[in-house]
Amino acid sequence: MSQPLLEARDLTKNYGTVEALRGASFTAYPGEVVSLIGDNGAGKSTLVKCLSGVEQPTSGTLFFDGEPLVLDSPNSARDLGIETVFQDLAVAPDLDPAANMFLGREILKPGVLGLLGVLDKKAMRRQAAEHFTRFGATLQSIDVPIAALSGGQRQSVAVARSVAWASKLVFMDEPTAALGVVQRERVLEVIKRVRDEGIAVVLISHNMPEVLSVSDRVEVLRLGRRVARFKASDTSVEELVGAMTGALTQEDAA
Amino acid sequence: MTTDEKTTLSTLPDEQRTPLLKRLTGANTLWIGLVLLVLVATFGAIRPDAIFQVTTLQFLLAETAVLLVLSVGMTFVIITSGIDLSVGSVLVFASVSSAMAMNAVSGGDATNAGWGVIAFGLLVAVVSGAVWGLLNGLLISRAKIPPLIVTLGSFGAAQGAALLLNNGSNVSGIPDKLNRTFGSGTYLGIPNIVIVAAVVTALGALLLSTTRFGRYTYAVGSNEEAARRVGISVRGHLTKVYLLAGTLAGLAGFMGNAFFRVAVVTGHETDNLNAIAAVVLGGTSIFGGMGSVLGTVFGVFIPAVLEKGLVIIGVKEFWQPIAVAIVLVAAVWLDQTRRRARNQR
Repeated sequence: MSQPLLEARDLTKNYGTVEALRGASFTAYPGEVVSLIGDNGAGKSTLVKCLSGVEQPTSGTLFFDGEPLVLDSPNSARDLGIETVFQDLAVAPDLDPAANMFLGREILKPGVLGLLGVLDKKAMRRQAAEHFTRFGATLQSIDVPIAALSGGQRQSVAVARSVAWASKLVFMDEPTAALGVVQRERVLEVIKRVRDEGIAVVLISHNMPEVLSVSDRVEVLRLGRRVARFKASDTSVEELVGAMTGALTQEDAA
Repeated sequence: MTTDEKTTLSTLPDEQRTPLLKRLTGANTLWIGLVLLVLVATFGAIRPDAIFQVTTLQFLLAETAVLLVLSVGMTFVIITSGIDLSVGSVLVFASVSSAMAMNAVSGGDATNAGWGVIAFGLLVAVVSGAVWGLLNGLLISRAKIPPLIVTLGSFGAAQGAALLLNNGSNVSGIPDKLNRTFGSGTYLGIPNIVIVAAVVTALGALLLSTTRFGRYTYAVGSNEEAARRVGISVRGHLTKVYLLAGTLAGLAGFMGNAFFRVAVVTGHETDNLNAIAAVVLGGTSIFGGMGSVLGTVFGVFIPAVLEKGLVIIGVKEFWQPIAVAIVLVAAVWLDQTRRRARNQR
């Protein structure tokens, strides 16, 4: 296979005496959808936090495009084109979708007004509208607060915001957890569309059929370690569950 | 997925937003403005001769100008879901230190001092306000002490410091020039102090609604964690917001000096509560994330109009705080019900 886009080797992360990661490894290749699965407490969220710069691993190394990498903040991950859709969404409920999409990356008016920090709201609304359409976020109106949207629409906004800024890789921590059937399908569509644009997607999910339907590869975490790697096309739900529960291990996975 | 539900944005021209009228009626700013209008109209209908008198209006506006400037700063603070109890004390501190500084550079009495001294006094007032604001901001954002406690502390400390400065007495010797121009002067019938307050308010409104600073103010109040995750420096922003509130309190202290011709050490104990009430009346959510400076303008004038109006139509003015209290509690109740309804989706 080609050179991994993002690779983690032997990460450990301790919270006091709790070992959330015990030598976890992880690999994502360019332009693929790779699912990261594991039982509750397996360390998925911690691993994603370490890979997206939110937390720093206690030990272990990260590689980006083959180069060693230190992520000291979410911003340094973002600078590399790595974005994250967090499980708790993290949107500002009182701001409208366009404001949320451009939060922290506002477009300013040209000239003197821009120097004074004046926002170009029209441009942001227009670009946001285009973008939401492209990624299938259906909103009745672009200028209502996020809080007035349904859970699914909020989710679409959070997903669309991240993929808008990702040029290399997007982490999605259970992006379909709170969604209805239709919206779930739509998010899966978005995931595929993002991959087709050459951006790698790391999907964290508890839904095995969903994982198999959308992923190219699957990596399994158990007790803070990678215990198995599969190609999605030649594995099954039984095999995945076996790996998650410890019934099945691959010697070469760690 | 029905077709009418799926009005994708591509079918909307990019300028097609919620219609203006709907946006206006959906905002509580409009309703609170109407309340103010109804109040003015009611009092005006009962005693048109007394209410629509130039001097009545001039006085009403001038008295409210100082509170308005305080409330503009408070609007920013409350939108970040914070609170600033110290504004009245900081006002007193700035007012006293500015008056004393002007006296000091004029050999003890600044009554006949010129513009240079006045400018120096303004600088002292604004800087001393800013220092208190900065202190508040740093304690809140860096030391992570709740705003209520930090500003309760500076509420007492600034008042105490102001009393210490001049041994508990008022400071006279405000330059005549200052009083004649900014204190009691008018331009086209509008008191100059009101023009200053109006300019400050307009700048505050622009800052809040059109700039990145304003956007971050809403974002921090709406979801601090979300703001942090997109890379906004939440600590830095909170510090700036309290700095702004303190600076405006300093300016308000200077305006008070100009208006009253004396730096008064008492009578500002409830300024903080009046400013908070004005901001909340104006539709700014005490839970943060929502609000406007225009609403605050209405919120400042509702109690002022009630007070003046009740006096003029001969109702005991003691009814005024009761009336304001009812409107205030109703406003917050409304805000909370709306939020709950909204967040249930």
